Amino acid sequence: MPQDLFAQIDLPRVYRRRRFLNDVALSLTGVAVALAVIPLVWIVVYVFLKGMQNINLDFFIHLPQAMGTTGGGVTNAIQGSIVMVLVAVVVAIPIALLVAFYLLFHPQTLLGQILRFSTDLLAGVPSIVIGLFGYAILVVPFKHFSALAGGLVLAMIMLPIVIRSAEEMLKLVPKELREGALALGAPEWKTSLSVVLVAALEGIVTGVMLAIARATGETAPLLFTALGNEHYNVVAYVRQGISQHQSIFQILHKILAEPTDALPLTLWKYAQQPYPERVAQSWTVALVLMFFVLALNIGARSWLARKRRQTRG
Amino acid sequence: MQRSKGSTITPMLSSQLGNRNPSWRARMGRWLQHGDRIWRTALLVASLLTVLLVLMIAWEIWTGSTLSRHEFGWNFLLPWVESVWNPALDRFQAWPAIYGSLITSLIALALAVPFSVAIAIFLSELAPPVLRTPLNTMVEMLAAVPSVVYGLWGIYVFLPVVVTPIGRVLAASVGSVPGLSLLFAGPMPVSGTSRLAAALILTFMVTPTIASVSREVLQAIPRSQREASLALGATPWETVWKVLLPYGLSGILGAVILGFGRAIGETMAVTMVIGNVSGSGYSVLRPGYTMASIIANEFAEAVSDMHTSALIEIALILFVVTIILNVIARWLVASVNRKTMGS
Repeated sequence: MPQDLFAQIDLPRVYRRRRFLNDVALSLTGVAVALAVIPLVWIVVYVFLKGMQNINLDFFIHLPQAMGTTGGGVTNAIQGSIVMVLVAVVVAIPIALLVAFYLLFHPQTLLGQILRFSTDLLAGVPSIVIGLFGYAILVVPFKHFSALAGGLVLAMIMLPIVIRSAEEMLKLVPKELREGALALGAPEWKTSLSVVLVAALEGIVTGVMLAIARATGETAPLLFTALGNEHYNVVAYVRQGISQHQSIFQILHKILAEPTDALPLTLWKYAQQPYPERVAQSWTVALVLMFFVLALNIGARSWLARKRRQTRG
Repeated sequence: MQRSKGSTITPMLSSQLGNRNPSWRARMGRWLQHGDRIWRTALLVASLLTVLLVLMIAWEIWTGSTLSRHEFGWNFLLPWVESVWNPALDRFQAWPAIYGSLITSLIALALAVPFSVAIAIFLSELAPPVLRTPLNTMVEMLAAVPSVVYGLWGIYVFLPVVVTPIGRVLAASVGSVPGLSLLFAGPMPVSGTSRLAAALILTFMVTPTIASVSREVLQAIPRSQREASLALGATPWETVWKVLLPYGLSGILGAVILGFGRAIGETMAVTMVIGNVSGSGYSVLRPGYTMASIIANEFAEAVSDMHTSALIEIALILFVVTIILNVIARWLVASVNRKTMGS
């Protein structure tokens, strides 16, 4: 704005008032941004300072101690989170990619529209409702809580996020690439998987990273599916399984069919316990969780931004 | 469409070449259209699975709540002055939880909307390009912080430092004014757990949602609108206030409704700071329940079938409400894009 020009002339009052209003209102929007950043900085800094007090190697590799005693760690939660997010990734990503391809090929058909609507609905359903649903179909029939149930529920959370971002990214791939591959005689599946998918891969990976970040931080759906388990220890199960010459399926069954802990679940339980050691540990859990989630988010976003700039330039 | 040609060419060619007795693999490959039959089936199956998943969620919570729906009927939902939520007697009315969800979400929206729209204006119209990306990332990070971390910070930092003092002041000032005392009657618990605490935490959680959708709406407005307004001599603020906001109004409304959906469904942070008490009047300074928090808090301990069924009916209400809100919101946000394409 050529505001300096205005400043030199002796403006009538109405102009001055308009300019004044302009300046005030626009600075207020800046103030709003500053105020919105305050809680973020407050949370991040506070969690960092509190969490760092308790962080040590034991925290990552030991099981929880009995309540009311110091020491111990949350390896059960870390391992549980990794197992369940892996299950979710393995289940959700192939399905989400297939659905995204379906939407790419049939955007306007009846099923395509129903599908897009369902994806939007699934993204909007509160995670606690998904948790109840998971309890009803994955826990009640098998009569016990399990890592598998927790992982599948997280897959339901990830599914709509990955479908949406993958569809957007697949749409950006130039049609000529696909037509070129088809013209060379490649079947549609090969065209899709080794030409279109590869061209859109960076964007899709970004979407997957954001979905993983979201799933890792989710607590509500795990309350009634994974339940929590202070003795969950994949490393010990594997070691024990090998020493007893169990088959890989027996070991996998042990890993997937037990009630399981997860970082957000542990944080939720520890935060409300009357033992100060547990509360202190819950800040460290919060730090680990937040570091992981924010790093994934920032990494994914900046990576995508850099790739976009490269392709544009 | 191009692919079907490929599949018809193959058999024609082979018959012309006189290959009357193709190998088993070649015949199999042709029948499968070189794998495309499997590929298309897989696409269809995955798509149907996704649709089926939504239908199954609806079906499970519909059948799961049968007991409660038959027993209590519409009384379950309607506002009563004296509502009962009594697991010991197996009598349930959801109104306290519905009220808790409504009041916390509405307060959160009332506080978050002016902020979010201002943030959207700053990020889309004013921010210098150097600042735009980092500020945008920071606002989005506010949405990425896991809900339980908000809850933990809420319990040990935000409640004692901010909410309890505000609660004391409110209770002392408007708490005894007739009429307002219904909403602001004290005393607030010393820990600060209350509907107000949940509402304030929700404010932080919905601000990024509303701000980022509003920003996208503003950025979708054609440049010509801004240029025309500025060329007529309007100040930048007048351009924002009298041209851009009216143009994007339906989209911003959509963003607000999307935020409302997020606030109603938010579970963990709210459960940790709202106190989880049923039937404690209407005051925002008192602890209460929301629909999501009552499920999180009681479902694991529900013993009787009726209790479980009543909680599932609350999930049904949540499901229906969020579906309606999402449909309206998406329709509103899309209407701005339609307007832009039309002009």
